[in-house]
Amino acid sequence: MTIGSLPLRYKISIDRERCMECERCIDNCSYGVFRREGDRILVDSRKCTACHRCIAMCPRDAITLEECPCDYRSHPLWTRQAREAIYNQANSGKIILSGMGNAQDYPVIFDRLVLDACQVTNPSIDPLREPMEVRTYIGKKPSRIEVMRKENGDVELATTVAPNLQAETPIMIGHMSYGAISLNAQLSMARAVAETGTFMGTGEGGLHSRLYPYQEHMIVQVASGRFGVDIDYLERGSAIEIKIGQGAKPGIGGHLPGEKVCMDVSCTRMIPLGSDAISPAPHHDIYSIEDLAQLVRSLKEATEWKKPVFVKIAAVHNAAAIAAGIARSSADAIVIDGFRGGTGAAPRVFRDHVGIPIEAAVASVDAKLRSQGIRNEVSLIASGGIRESADVAKAIALGADAVYIGTAALVAMGCRVCGSCYRNLCPWGIATQEERLVQRLDPEVASHQVANLIKAWTLELAELMGAAGINSIESLRGNRDRLRGYMLDESLMSVLDVKQVGA
Amino acid sequence: MDGSAIKRALSMMNERGSGEGAGYVAYGAYPEYEDCYALHVFFDNIHETKRTLEAMLEQWGHIVHDERIRTYDQPNLRTVHIPWRYFFKPYAGLMAHSTSPEDDIVSQIVMKINTAHTGALIYSSGKNVGVFKAAGWPEEVADFYRIEDYEGYIWLAHNRYPTNTPGWWGGAHPFNLLDWSVVHNGEITSYGTNRRYIESYGYICTMFTDTEVVAYLMDHLVRKQNLDADLAVRALAPPFWDDIDRMPEKEQDLNRALRLAYGPAMMNGPFAIVVANHEMMVGFTDRIKLRPLVVGEHGDRLYISSEEAAIRAMDPNVERISMPPAGKPIIGRVAR
Repeated sequence: MTIGSLPLRYKISIDRERCMECERCIDNCSYGVFRREGDRILVDSRKCTACHRCIAMCPRDAITLEECPCDYRSHPLWTRQAREAIYNQANSGKIILSGMGNAQDYPVIFDRLVLDACQVTNPSIDPLREPMEVRTYIGKKPSRIEVMRKENGDVELATTVAPNLQAETPIMIGHMSYGAISLNAQLSMARAVAETGTFMGTGEGGLHSRLYPYQEHMIVQVASGRFGVDIDYLERGSAIEIKIGQGAKPGIGGHLPGEKVCMDVSCTRMIPLGSDAISPAPHHDIYSIEDLAQLVRSLKEATEWKKPVFVKIAAVHNAAAIAAGIARSSADAIVIDGFRGGTGAAPRVFRDHVGIPIEAAVASVDAKLRSQGIRNEVSLIASGGIRESADVAKAIALGADAVYIGTAALVAMGCRVCGSCYRNLCPWGIATQEERLVQRLDPEVASHQVANLIKAWTLELAELMGAAGINSIESLRGNRDRLRGYMLDESLMSVLDVKQVGA
Repeated sequence: MDGSAIKRALSMMNERGSGEGAGYVAYGAYPEYEDCYALHVFFDNIHETKRTLEAMLEQWGHIVHDERIRTYDQPNLRTVHIPWRYFFKPYAGLMAHSTSPEDDIVSQIVMKINTAHTGALIYSSGKNVGVFKAAGWPEEVADFYRIEDYEGYIWLAHNRYPTNTPGWWGGAHPFNLLDWSVVHNGEITSYGTNRRYIESYGYICTMFTDTEVVAYLMDHLVRKQNLDADLAVRALAPPFWDDIDRMPEKEQDLNRALRLAYGPAMMNGPFAIVVANHEMMVGFTDRIKLRPLVVGEHGDRLYISSEEAAIRAMDPNVERISMPPAGKPIIGRVAR
C-alpha cells in the first residue's frame, strides 16, 4: 500500500468573473502552478508555495489562496507537520531540507517584553526638535583612556584606539551570500546600506566585482568552507567576520544547493559549476578557543590590523561562556545569531529544534561579559528574528550594541517568506540565480525599499528612545530597567534581568 | 564658613521640595580627625546592629573615636534612626595588591554593610567630611543637626521631592562615598545602563535611587581610571557626535575615544548635578539642560544652585551670575 498523495498545503482559486486571461500568473509563477489549456487558465495547486507572486501581479485581484483547505483529523500531538514529515521521510529516507527561519510555534520573547516611556518626573525628548543620537561604533573599545597634558594646558589622547566601524544606525544587514541570494538582491542591499550609512555582510560566498563600489560598507565573511576568500577579498571589506555558526542550523555548516551554483556564482565562490557547496561543520583549523584567537590574529596580520574582526556564533546553551572566550581574543565584535535566524537551506530538524532565542542569548552574554568587566571592550551584535524597530530597541536594551537584520531586508524587497529558498525558483528574483527571475528584481527600486525600511526603523527607534527620555543609544544599551516582562515566567525574567509589569 | 548661610539658601527653594528629605555635606567638618575616615551611620537600634558594624571595623582597622552625632529634637521631624559617627583608620596591609588600599577597605565595608540590611547604613565615609541628612524640610534638618555649628570650606545641600522612596533617611541627598559627595536634581534615564556598568567594577547600588550611581561613577573615573575631573564629567555628559565631528582632529580623537571607552557611564535624562571632593566642586547638567543650573562668583567663592535666589540669600553682593550651557562643567578648585 502506498502512502498516496498528501492533502494540498495551499489551494489557489481563480475568480472566473474577474479573470481576463492576461496570463500574467502563468508568466510569473516559477513553480508552474498555472497553465493555459484552450480558453481557460488551469491551476495545479499542489505546486504552490504561497509565494504570492501571482496574487501580487494579477491586475484584477482574481486570485485567492487558501492554506490547508483539507483538514487532517485534529490531534494535539500528531500535528499536520509531524505527520507530513513522516510521510516525506518514509518515501525518501532523507534529511528534510527547509528554508527561512524556525517554524516551530515557540513563544516569542520579544512580544512579552514592553518598553518604557517618561511621564511627569522626566520629560520625554522630542527627536524632531532635539538631537537624538543613534550612531553606533562597532569594534574594540579601549578599557581606559590615557591622556597627555601639554604645556599650554591642552589635553591630547595618548591611547591608540582600535579601528571601529561607524554606523549611523544600529541596524545592519546580516550575511546572505551571493549564491543563496541573487546579485541583484545583494546590489540592492549594498546601495541601501551605503545610502543609510550602515553595513551589510557578504555571506560566505565571496564578493562579486559589481559590489566593489560599495565595499566600504561590506563586511566580508570567512566561513568554514573558505569560499571566495583570498587576500584581495579580505582587503576590500570594511571588516572581516569569522562565521563559526548560524542560528538557523547551529553545529553544521552552510549549504548552497548545486542548482544555484551558476557560472558567476561558481567564479565568485571559487567552486565548480553546479556543485553543492557544503561547508564543513567546524572550521578544521579551529578545534578550540585558542585556535580561534589564532585565526583572528592571522586575519588581522593579513590586513595589517586595519580592520575589525567579528566572530559570529549561533545562540546555543553555552553562548555566554563561548562569547567570554571570544572577547578575550583580539576579536572586535561578537555576533550572536538566535534560533529564529533565517537561512537559504537548512535541515528542518536543525532549523526547528537547535539553539536558543536571541533575547535570552544576548541577555546572558551581556551579563557574563559584564561580570568579567570586559563588556564594553567588544561590540555585541544580535541577530535572528528581528522583525520591527521595537525588536531592535528591545535587543539593545537587553544588551546588544547593534542588530543584523536578514529576512526583514528580503521582505522589504518583496519576499513573502514562503520558505522555498533552496529551490532556486524564487519568483521575486531574490533567492535564485535564474537569470529571467533575477531580472525581476530591479536594484534601483529595491535598494530604495531596503533603505526606506532602515530609515523608517531608525526613525521609530529615535522616537522610542525620546519617549524614554534617552538621547543617545549608549544609554539604551543594556538598560533593562526600561523593559518589563509581560506574562513571562520568573526564571526567564531572571535570565533576562527584567522585572515584571507593574513592578 | 559655617552652615547658617547654606541653610538660608536652601530655605529659599522650599517649593522645590516636599518636606520629606533634606541634607547637607561639609568638607572640612572634622579637622581634629582629618587623617581618619569619618563614617556616619544610621542605626535602626544600637543594641544589635552597632556591635556587628564595630566587629567588622575592628577586623579591618582601628576605631580612633566614636560618638553619637548630636541632634536636637524638632517638633515635626520623627527620629527613625540613631545617627552615629566613627573616626576610623583601616590597616592598609590587609588589602594587598591595591594602589589605594585604605580607600578600598572603607569602600568595601560600606558596600558590605549597606547590602547586608543589618539595620545599619553608612551614608558618609570620607576624611574630614560629614553628611547630615534626614526626612524633613531643610530648616528642620538643619536645626536637627544644628548645622550652623559645623564649619566647612565646601558645602553641598539639597531639598528633596521624593517619588520613589519617600521619607527614607538614606534616600535624602547628599550621597557620599569616600571623598565624593553628590546632590542631584532630576532622574537618570540611563540608570539601568550606568548601574550595570559600575556594578561590574565591584560597586553595589544599595540606596534605591539613581543618584548614588553618580558618586560611584565619579569615584571610578577619577580614582580608578585616573581621569581628571573635567574629563570625567565630559565622559558623563559628553558632546554630541555632530559637535565632535566639527572639532579639530586631535580634539575629535580625544572626545571620540572618551565616548567609546566610557559610553556606558554616560548619563541621560534630565539632571543638574553638583559633585564635590576635598579639593573641588563640579556642577553640570545633562546635554540638553532639562534642569536649571545657575552659577555665582564672588572673589574666590563659587556658588552653584538651581536658583539665583539661593545664591543671593547666601551672598547679597555676589559679583557675577551666569547660566552655563548644557553639559558644560563648572569646576571650582579649592585655593591652596
